[in-house]
Amino acid sequence: MERIDLTQMREGEEGIVVDIYGGHGLLRKLESLGLRVGVSAKKISAQFMRGPVTIRVGNTEVALGFGMARKVIVECKGVANE
Amino acid sequence: MNKILLMGNPNVGKSVVFSRLTGVHVIASNYPGTTVEFIKGYMRLGEEKFEIIDVPGTYTLEPTSRAEEVAMEMLTEAIKEEGDLVVNIVDATNLERNLNLTLQLLKKGIPVVVCLNLYDETKHTGIEIDVKRLEEILGIPVVPTCAITGEGIRRLISRLKDARANTYQYEEEERWHEIGRIVEKVQKVTHRHHTFLERLGDASIRPLTGVPIAVGIMYLTFKLIRFVGEGLIGYVFEPIFDLWANLMMKGSSLLGSSGLVHNILIGKLVDGEIDFVESMGLLTTGLFVPFAMVLPYVFAFYLVLSFLEDSGYLPRLGILIDNLMHKVGLHGLAIIPMLLGLGCNVPGALATRVLETRRERFIGATLMAIAVPCMAQIAMIVGLVGKAGARGLWLVFGTLFIVWIAIGILLNLILKGESPEIFVEIPPYRLPYFGALLKKLWMRTLGFLKEAVPYVLLGVLIVNILYALHIIEFIGKLAAPVVRGILGLPKEAVSALIIGFLRKDVAVGMLSPLGLSMNQLVVASVVLTMYFPCVATFAILVKELGVKDMLKSAVIMVASAILVGGILNSILK
Repeated sequence: MERIDLTQMREGEEGIVVDIYGGHGLLRKLESLGLRVGVSAKKISAQFMRGPVTIRVGNTEVALGFGMARKVIVECKGVANE
Repeated sequence: MNKILLMGNPNVGKSVVFSRLTGVHVIASNYPGTTVEFIKGYMRLGEEKFEIIDVPGTYTLEPTSRAEEVAMEMLTEAIKEEGDLVVNIVDATNLERNLNLTLQLLKKGIPVVVCLNLYDETKHTGIEIDVKRLEEILGIPVVPTCAITGEGIRRLISRLKDARANTYQYEEEERWHEIGRIVEKVQKVTHRHHTFLERLGDASIRPLTGVPIAVGIMYLTFKLIRFVGEGLIGYVFEPIFDLWANLMMKGSSLLGSSGLVHNILIGKLVDGEIDFVESMGLLTTGLFVPFAMVLPYVFAFYLVLSFLEDSGYLPRLGILIDNLMHKVGLHGLAIIPMLLGLGCNVPGALATRVLETRRERFIGATLMAIAVPCMAQIAMIVGLVGKAGARGLWLVFGTLFIVWIAIGILLNLILKGESPEIFVEIPPYRLPYFGALLKKLWMRTLGFLKEAVPYVLLGVLIVNILYALHIIEFIGKLAAPVVRGILGLPKEAVSALIIGFLRKDVAVGMLSPLGLSMNQLVVASVVLTMYFPCVATFAILVKELGVKDMLKSAVIMVASAILVGGILNSILK
């Protein structure tokens, strides 16, 4: 198990959200789209040059800016289909 | 009259349900935040008449954006009112996240009916929902629907009377656990393979595949708009207006070929003939400009835009260009007001509400108003400047693009604060539903004609009056230092700038009889785009930005128009 943030995840990798570094406002914002501690997140893509990261949580695909993505910590087992 | 509030997460089909219930058609698209202001309609239920309100989408009752604040205000009002109720539209493919709002609504003690929309999509996404069980647990009616085809809507209406306030008991801190427990009881998810659309969805947001896809789509969009627009002009509208010209010539001789009435109705004859662009008569130019020059392109543009909107592509495009948008102080979603602005600046200005902060809305609205010409204006520029080849068009639109970037970078540097990061739900790709697409295209085209034709006619009328009273000459003299000195245009061009406040398409058309050189046409087209928005956009911007910010924005517009026009003039001279 490695603890990394969303920007460090590789494409296709899946992990459980274990921590979100942020204030109440950020937590609430992320939570409104289903991103909260305890859920499973799969990385779909990342844009170049610190662009937004796209993940899938449940049945929702969410794009979040690089700075926000850095605050979301996940625990990963590595790429799922390897 | 009692109210029914349609509430739910963004992009779950509230506007489609609204159209179904009221018969009032509103624009619905496949991206979060299409509805930025509430829309009202009416529905009769037995003896009673209800007011139906399409509330902007909200993920939670703790507002995080302007649209959610609007939603919250409407709810607070409805709670006070006995007999008001909420139809909570829930995305059946995203039950867990959507129930978050449902539980919060229940806690408010207002009668609720759950409309389980997009129910048809659960089948191919491998989701099975026990609707009866969900109804038992929540203690309120739950009706599965597929609003786009109308399935289930009748049942939804018949169950509105069963709406009741049921305070579902749970601890606030335990809300997500509670939702988890409910979902576990009512939903079964079976594994399934990825569909083609999902793979395409992933490919279009990975940079290596997404950028080529975006370039391809933009190229196709451009080609298609030209193909449809030019086809309609060449095969439909020009033949019609050729016939119309014969009729008008007869009318012209009946009216004696000159005189005030003749000039207002038919316009001035050019070499003894009617020139539909230059004559400036109500029945000639006044009809030809909106119908034969602008409408074909507006129609073509909305055809393509509506398809892109309903497919779900636009948020993906927003993510791909997020980085670029940050350079101008915006984020990727700002692509939506910009694209809508290309159709008409009015919906573009309204769509700036998808942006979170005031700073972003100011930058977004200002950039759009300055450097994004509407389709009516583009069509006229293409008709006029494009006659002499593509070089002029490259100059006009290239300049506007550079202006857009330059002013954006400057505003981003000058204005205090930062642009917030993008945070958006990406909807699944959906094959647009043909009927809904046609309806939307029809609404927008009709909306254009209703807006444009009266204003164009008014514009043509005013031109005639101003000329007849020699007012244009007078203002022309006053403005000559700027118009002639800095911009290098004849002083008569000031007439176009005056009319441009009313309708930009007529204004571009007014350049035609002035005998301008290609370079002068380029300068005039750029200045006409930038110097000020048309009156309809102006009214919306005042409302959205407030008078003070609008004044600031207006100063930027006028100053940058003169500056850019002057630079262009001295380079091209």
